[in-house]
Amino acid sequence: MTRPVLDVRDLKKIYGQGEATVHALRGVNLTVERGDYVAIMGSSGSGKSTLMNILGALDIPSSGTYLLDGVDVSRLGDRQLALARNRLIGFIFQAFNLIPRTSAVANVELPLAYAGVKPKERRRRAMAALDIVGLAERAKHEPNQLSGGQQQRVAVARALVTEPALLLADEPTGNLDTRSTEDVLNVFDQLSAAGRTIVLITHEPEVGDRAKRLIRLVDGDIVADVRQSPIHRPPVGAFSGGRHAQ
Amino acid sequence: MSFYEVVRFALRGLSANKLRSALTMLGILIGVAAVILLVAVGNGSAKAVSDRIEALGTNTVTVMSTGRGGSSSTALTKDMADALVDPVLAPDVKSVSPVVSSSSTVTYEGTDHDVSSFVGTTPGWFAASNTPVGQGAAFTADDEAQGRRVVVIGQTVAEELFPGVDPIDKQVTVGGALFTVIGVLEEKSSTGFQDANDTAVAPLTAVRQVLTGYGSLNSILVEAKDPDKVDAVQSEVSTILNQKMNVTTGSSTTPYRIQNASQLLETQTETADTFTTLLGAVAAISLLVGGIGITNIMLVTVTERTREIGIRKALGAPRRVILTQFLIEATLLSVIGGALGVAAALIGSNFEIVGVKPVIVPSSVGLALGVSIAIGLFFGGLPASRAARLRPIDALRYE
Repeated sequence: MTRPVLDVRDLKKIYGQGEATVHALRGVNLTVERGDYVAIMGSSGSGKSTLMNILGALDIPSSGTYLLDGVDVSRLGDRQLALARNRLIGFIFQAFNLIPRTSAVANVELPLAYAGVKPKERRRRAMAALDIVGLAERAKHEPNQLSGGQQQRVAVARALVTEPALLLADEPTGNLDTRSTEDVLNVFDQLSAAGRTIVLITHEPEVGDRAKRLIRLVDGDIVADVRQSPIHRPPVGAFSGGRHAQ
Repeated sequence: MSFYEVVRFALRGLSANKLRSALTMLGILIGVAAVILLVAVGNGSAKAVSDRIEALGTNTVTVMSTGRGGSSSTALTKDMADALVDPVLAPDVKSVSPVVSSSSTVTYEGTDHDVSSFVGTTPGWFAASNTPVGQGAAFTADDEAQGRRVVVIGQTVAEELFPGVDPIDKQVTVGGALFTVIGVLEEKSSTGFQDANDTAVAPLTAVRQVLTGYGSLNSILVEAKDPDKVDAVQSEVSTILNQKMNVTTGSSTTPYRIQNASQLLETQTETADTFTTLLGAVAAISLLVGGIGITNIMLVTVTERTREIGIRKALGAPRRVILTQFLIEATLLSVIGGALGVAAALIGSNFEIVGVKPVIVPSSVGLALGVSIAIGLFFGGLPASRAARLRPIDALRYE
């Protein structure tokens, strides 16, 4: 049995002090196996964004342990954390968060640059990643010359270019129209079919329905954990669009 | 990640915001150039003043009466001037020129000109006071002895009375008497507000006869044989004058005052130093203001890019790399801006500014550059390091 990609034990996050204390997470336990495609759903204020930020090593939990690919992230120093974010995690934001006035391919290259990959190799891998999300011909465009869906696909390419153990997506379709949502979800389906581990949060049911496993979060607690399709099969929606098949 | 890569990141960061980068550099440029130029102007005017005083001759002393109203006991007389020419009591004296002067109106063919300083003296004065004759000739000892009415005029007088005409041998009317112009003085640079070229020089005897009467002298110009002997001459002169004017030895007040050109130079240099200090203070303030400008832009730049720092951290950028990138950006901005400022100041110093030829003080270049770069680095680095220390999620949420 391989070790899980994600292993979260009794994770708590408390904001504020005294009267104003907010328990964003009240002891979450979660294990995600390699190759799984997990959607976390919950209404706003359910703590799903907090959970996502902690899983992405962008924020630190108040208590509990968090093993990422067997590494205890809560005990890492600044330098190791940077390394973990770079090598183990690919993070996709709701607001895309591309670096402005910088071309798509340069954005995708950025994590590789921080990983110390040589420029030629970097360019090759960035182009390959852009090809996966179907934007190879837009490589020279800057973010403001791309549509929302295209920007988000560039962000997906950036997240997967380092071949991380885990892809995390924080409401990746939250800012997108139906068509762009479809484009981005197709990319996720293919990535899942290719064996990538994906965890995303959403409040749109049609996004949650396509995942292999659906978790519902209410007030900082997991209230439901449903397997919708087996881990080692392609997800339900895969190849329905077909245009980005590898 | 190699240093070279970080430099490329920094260059890309700067070129992504060309206008802002250019404006930041402009601010630094102006600050640095202003400091260097202001100090250069102060230094240049100080230098000009000391040059002019040196041109007056540093080997003379001037004796002036301290008495007011010309009472006989304090007045300087021709007799005293003659007594100063004494090879025994005053061996270091080269020449003595008694001087009377007054302002008077000079008329030529119906054109009037008020000469502010109409000087009556002896021929030795031209050499002693470092006032060479440019055109024509000075009057001679014989002219002086005979009381001939001849006059040597300054450039301003020549231009006013004889526009486009050769003034030599023309007759002008001064105080009701006719004087023949025999020479024009060389143009002199002016000290202070008075026009040094608005002058006319005539034999002492003639001026006394026509203008001032046979009263006291205004001053006596004594020339030493050697610039080193000026102090000796000063004591010799005071010994003779004390004798002549019956001043008791040890008396603290004398009816005359001896002015020494090197003393004058000293006081003027002190004044000039004060002036330079003043300009330096103004320059320091402008550097401070320039520095606050740099600070402001650096703070805004980094604050505005805190989100970008968050993105970079989320992608796995170590703190050190982010800090280095922003420090290099700040360094490039302040170094390039500072270098351009030095260039602008060097170009600007080739031109006269409010009548002063600026003289660059090398230390001001170093100081201005150093301060602007230090400010750029500090205020570029400080917020960048603060932002780099933030948790990525806080940096990303930063507005």
